[in-house]
Amino acid sequence: MDGFSGLLHGFGVALTWYHVMLMVIGVLLGILVGVLPGLGAPNGVSLLLPLTFTMDPVSAIILLTSMYWGALFGGSTTSILFNIPGEPSSVATTFDGYPMAQNGRATEALSFAFLSAGFGAIVGVLLITALSGWVTQFALKFSSPEFFGVYFLAFASFVGLSGAPPLKAAVSIALGFSLAGVGMDSVSGSLRLTFGFDVLLAGISFLVAVIGLFGIGELILTIEDGLKLDGIRAKITPRDVLRTAAQMPKHWATLLRSSIVGCWMGITPGGPTAASFMSYGLAKRFSAYRANFGKGEPDGVIAPETADHSAGTSAMLPMMALGLPGSATAAVMLGGLMIWGLNPGPMLFVERPDFVWGLIASMYLGNVVAVVLVLATVPLFASILRIPFAIIGPLIVVVCFIGAYTIAGRPFDLWLALAFGVLGYVFKKLDYPIAPLILAMVIGDKAEDAFRQSMIMSKGSLTIFWSNPLVTGLMLLGLVLLFWPLLGTLRQRLRPSRV
Amino acid sequence: MARKLGIALGFLAAGMAGAAAQGWQPTKPVEFVVTSSPGGGTDNFTRMIQSIILKYKLIDQPIVVSNKGGGSGAEGYLVSKTAAGDPNKVIFGTNNAYLLPYVAKLGYKFSDLTPVAALALDEFLLWVKADAPYKTAKDYIEAVKAKPETYKMGGSQSKDTDQTLTSILSTVTGAKFIYVPFQGGGAVGTQLAGGHINSHTNNPNESIGQWKAGQVRPLCVFSPARLPAGPKVTETQGWADIPTCKEAGIPVERFQMPRTVWLPAGTPAGAVQFYEGVLKKVSETPEWKEYIARTVQTGQFLSGDSLKAFVANDDKLSREVFEREGWIVK
Repeated sequence: MDGFSGLLHGFGVALTWYHVMLMVIGVLLGILVGVLPGLGAPNGVSLLLPLTFTMDPVSAIILLTSMYWGALFGGSTTSILFNIPGEPSSVATTFDGYPMAQNGRATEALSFAFLSAGFGAIVGVLLITALSGWVTQFALKFSSPEFFGVYFLAFASFVGLSGAPPLKAAVSIALGFSLAGVGMDSVSGSLRLTFGFDVLLAGISFLVAVIGLFGIGELILTIEDGLKLDGIRAKITPRDVLRTAAQMPKHWATLLRSSIVGCWMGITPGGPTAASFMSYGLAKRFSAYRANFGKGEPDGVIAPETADHSAGTSAMLPMMALGLPGSATAAVMLGGLMIWGLNPGPMLFVERPDFVWGLIASMYLGNVVAVVLVLATVPLFASILRIPFAIIGPLIVVVCFIGAYTIAGRPFDLWLALAFGVLGYVFKKLDYPIAPLILAMVIGDKAEDAFRQSMIMSKGSLTIFWSNPLVTGLMLLGLVLLFWPLLGTLRQRLRPSRV
Repeated sequence: MARKLGIALGFLAAGMAGAAAQGWQPTKPVEFVVTSSPGGGTDNFTRMIQSIILKYKLIDQPIVVSNKGGGSGAEGYLVSKTAAGDPNKVIFGTNNAYLLPYVAKLGYKFSDLTPVAALALDEFLLWVKADAPYKTAKDYIEAVKAKPETYKMGGSQSKDTDQTLTSILSTVTGAKFIYVPFQGGGAVGTQLAGGHINSHTNNPNESIGQWKAGQVRPLCVFSPARLPAGPKVTETQGWADIPTCKEAGIPVERFQMPRTVWLPAGTPAGAVQFYEGVLKKVSETPEWKEYIARTVQTGQFLSGDSLKAFVANDDKLSREVFEREGWIVK
């Protein structure tokens, strides 16, 4: 069974009152865990997992995936309102979402985020539906050199864009790389940078860094600026949501480009976080309003959100067809699949079409349910900003620390979050960009593993990165993007001389 | 929410089974510490046991599962030291409980763990790509010997079971591989199906989907006897049709990974007996037997002296490899 007929069959499975109810419950729970920084989708899904042991696998996966969609949406809410990413993949949303909210355009930012996220998700599912057979074949072409190519591409499309002096960006990246290297190194099987401290064995959680750098760092800055005792005055009406929706078609280019980036990263699988960074970088590069990026440009919200969600949804395909999780949440669900008695792999499509197509159909429905639910919450969430800082500030501190603790239940993470908060403050004061550090922390160790695996395979020869058309193409594209800013300045220098 | 419901269920169970209690009983919620990240083999093992305990109400207290997979699982085993004497923390793992401290300087020693039981032995097979020209394991090994250090053997992690087995294989046959470490069995399987590596030694459960789909094919199993016959996996073959490696002419008698359960150091003997009893009951349920059959492991309940003997033997074998490869940290 493939494509269209499979999908129709799937809708038959997914479209029951019981399943729609599960979707609504899942999405609402997901929004809740998404809004709380640190708790996040992987933790939320593993908390729910024991409940699904007695359920039918189709119902179980519908509940868990709906929670995942909800969490992805919820994660963007706090990014925009408080500059605290609820999910690692919504870090890039803070860059323009938060400035927009600060300028009193919170409703607009939230609506843009949710609508484009919904768009991205639907593109992701469409891709799965149409190309399920072909896509899995494509994913099999990826080995370590190709993975390195993908990560290199993500780095290349993002660095040199922050507007900060290149040297400062380099410092930030280097720091991110070293933080990512802490703990057990899977290629050599040895411990690195733990200095004999047992608490560092498990490495430094990227989520703790995000909570500290963004949430706490931002609070310290706000306090220094002088306590603004009242919130942002902004008129919020449900009609704003509709007005924003009407503007969406204008951003078609960004939507399309970001969906492609997202699907690509979801399938290969590079992960939603890398996808959102890369998409933001590309949107900025190709935008006519480059100077507005970072100050509240709608495209800066649309790009990461679209990519994030199309990556999140399309990552379900390698999970089912190859047993290869594209994100941390997918890894938890993979465990669920095995407990429910299913074997992920190419045969899942043949043996359990009801499960596979039921899930795919539920992804359409679940995302539609999620968009409707989150859009309904926009006025509510946007009005949170009206609450005076004196009340909301301490609340954010509490939520941040609870979030940092829930990641792994380690008291040490609380100190780490505080330290990262100070670091975030220092970075802002000295004008160092934070984003490259985050990017290096997220994909730095994966890029390193892929590079070293490639080196083992080729016995140390760099030619492995030019050994087939796929990896060569990736590397070339990466190099072009890396040197694009340089080309830009060259052109600018040449132009006056011609006049 | 899930936790709340769990607590509620726990209270319900406590009310029903409380009267029958004898000897040591947990008085607080019990934490199951998983020494792998969510989705890994150890995680499935633990959550399977948790679901069976819940179903048969074998423990009167709620059970919380927490993943501490950092440092290849060392983070979880460290609980034995930080929570020394706490009988409400049960640690689930593999043989890395006693092997990890050899290869990395960690905060715990094997003596910090109190052995409770081993419930299953996970099997290892030698897999090649389905369209590879080798008919038998011997064919493949001869091909590798003919061109040393060109064939790539994939495995998960470094200095762990897969690499240990590769090292044993090289020593006894003289075939030299390039060992490439990946993040986990799933990734290794995909690499073989895509033809980026030549072979791997995945557990049955990690590659059954790809075998069914005709992407990869097992050559032999590193077990003293053939695997139990179950339903056919492919059109023509089932697990019992795979020869043991010894039959196939590779002198490796056995290589299996125990799935183990531990308590922190200094835990009262009554608590060890209690969990031993619970796990024994778990291993006798139809759900457990179904899990063992589905994941093609060998169900074997080891505790007390039989567990000690197994650990001592496995420890000795692995240490020889570690010493030969120079992996041991001083």
